[in-house]
Amino acid sequence: MSILVIAEHNNSKLAKATLHTVMAAQKIGGEIDVLVVGKGCIDVAEEAAKISGLAKILLADDVVYENFLAENIANLVLTIAKNYTHILASATSTGKDFLPRVAALVDSSQISEIIAVISSDTFRRPIYAGNAIKTVQSKDAIKVITVRQTGFDAAPATGGNVPIEKIATTPDSGLSEFVSKDENKSDRVELTSARIVVSGGRGLGSRDNFALVEQLATKLGAAVGASRGAVDAGYISNDAQVGQTGKIVAPELYIALGISGQIQHIAGMKDSKVIVAINKDENAPIFDVADYGLVGDLFQIVPELIAGL
Amino acid sequence: MVIVSMKILVLIKRVIDYRVKIRIKPDGSWVETDNVKMSINPFDEIALEEAVRIKEKGIASEIVIVTIGNDAMPEILYGLALGADRGIHITLEHEIQSLQAAKILQKVAEEEKPDLIITGKQAIDDDANQTGQMLAALLGIGQGTFASKLEIAEGHAVVTREIDGGHNTVKLKLPAVITTDLRLNEPRYPSVPNIMKAKSKPVVKRAASEFGVDIKSHIVILNVEEPPKRKAGIKVKDTAELIDKLRGEAKVI
Repeated sequence: MSILVIAEHNNSKLAKATLHTVMAAQKIGGEIDVLVVGKGCIDVAEEAAKISGLAKILLADDVVYENFLAENIANLVLTIAKNYTHILASATSTGKDFLPRVAALVDSSQISEIIAVISSDTFRRPIYAGNAIKTVQSKDAIKVITVRQTGFDAAPATGGNVPIEKIATTPDSGLSEFVSKDENKSDRVELTSARIVVSGGRGLGSRDNFALVEQLATKLGAAVGASRGAVDAGYISNDAQVGQTGKIVAPELYIALGISGQIQHIAGMKDSKVIVAINKDENAPIFDVADYGLVGDLFQIVPELIAGL
Repeated sequence: MVIVSMKILVLIKRVIDYRVKIRIKPDGSWVETDNVKMSINPFDEIALEEAVRIKEKGIASEIVIVTIGNDAMPEILYGLALGADRGIHITLEHEIQSLQAAKILQKVAEEEKPDLIITGKQAIDDDANQTGQMLAALLGIGQGTFASKLEIAEGHAVVTREIDGGHNTVKLKLPAVITTDLRLNEPRYPSVPNIMKAKSKPVVKRAASEFGVDIKSHIVILNVEEPPKRKAGIKVKDTAELIDKLRGEAKVI
């Protein structure tokens, strides 16, 4: 077995998601190469070279990959795809964008968002918003897979020291060009890798009131999440949405404030270690998955929590 | 120059209605779909709405719906009532994977030669999030996935995309494939006169086998099962008890 893991990064730092994908590759078993593709991303390649249990790092450093356009990344991966039995990427917005393109071009049925490896050709993945788990066996010569971060522990980020090999780059596809990027500026920990997540729902009632969620998160050093209802109501930006169509999180502690607990939302947080729900409706479905439920007025409880923690 | 005669292909899929609580078949082979309310995939409904808005702006002149599956007629009619002009119904006895769907859709696109293809970012049944990207790859054209804003100008599509940590905007050469995210628009409800009119719009039925592509599955489904259930815990009486439990029992703070 020879496995290619395509690293997730921002040209300067390796994303933690990559370590979880490497762990999935290790469960498959075999020789693992990590491809770092981007612009000016040598630091990322050096960081990746320290991950425990790899064979080598492949580096494709060129301006055409700077903004991770799917067309260009897929064309590059295609040049080395034949060397591998498995091609893995993290199920991030970048991985989900380019990897199906690779799969189609190598005539492989991609297996999306695996949460477990049963054997080198058999995997488990959630369907129907996490309401069912499907076990599938792939007959493809090259198995193309995206990995859901919460399904796997992180591989050790240190302990390795493997060579970095530059590979030939590909020309610009000419099909798409990058225009601009609008990143949400925040000092907070990133939602999918946070140890604690504090999420707010429609129960907050307004954008101003949503500050309460942020205050509690600040007190706990936590990331801020939200239900789809809160995002649709404009309380917070879309990238904070936790749920099947948003972010999938599995922190040690998940605190749901004023979230009723629709199936869609539960699918995005039910693998959290400890779940706390605070809601004024004692029949809210969120209490069915909460380890600790507190029925009451969050505008009274949350300030008490902030004072008491 | 804006292309005034733009043709848009909208790809839709019939799925179990999103409000239905699914049941897994006792033999673990698949999810029960008999006697279950079906609907158009919600992301595809957003794709249709976007196509209709582009046509209403006078940029597109024709919207063609394409779907694969035997029983999709109600969803095609729904799409026609929303404002599409005609439908292509590709009949097939069994479920297929995204790759095989993309291969059939590639043939349809090569015949129809659309300027733009719009579809949902994923279907809410298999949650695979692949078909749009695969179709773009097979056609050798660009893709704008997870779109939250779409503008058409001078042979290009400018797409704002929902990505981890914010948004980015890409400019795509047309033709291109766009996949829709939740916040691209809010689909309208079809009006009664439009529902009546939809019945007289043309729908062509074609068998999947007509397209001459290999649609044999590369995947074997071994089992479908319920996810492990999370048990409800306890209710605490007040904030003090909650803090106490989190510190003493759960040891997470």
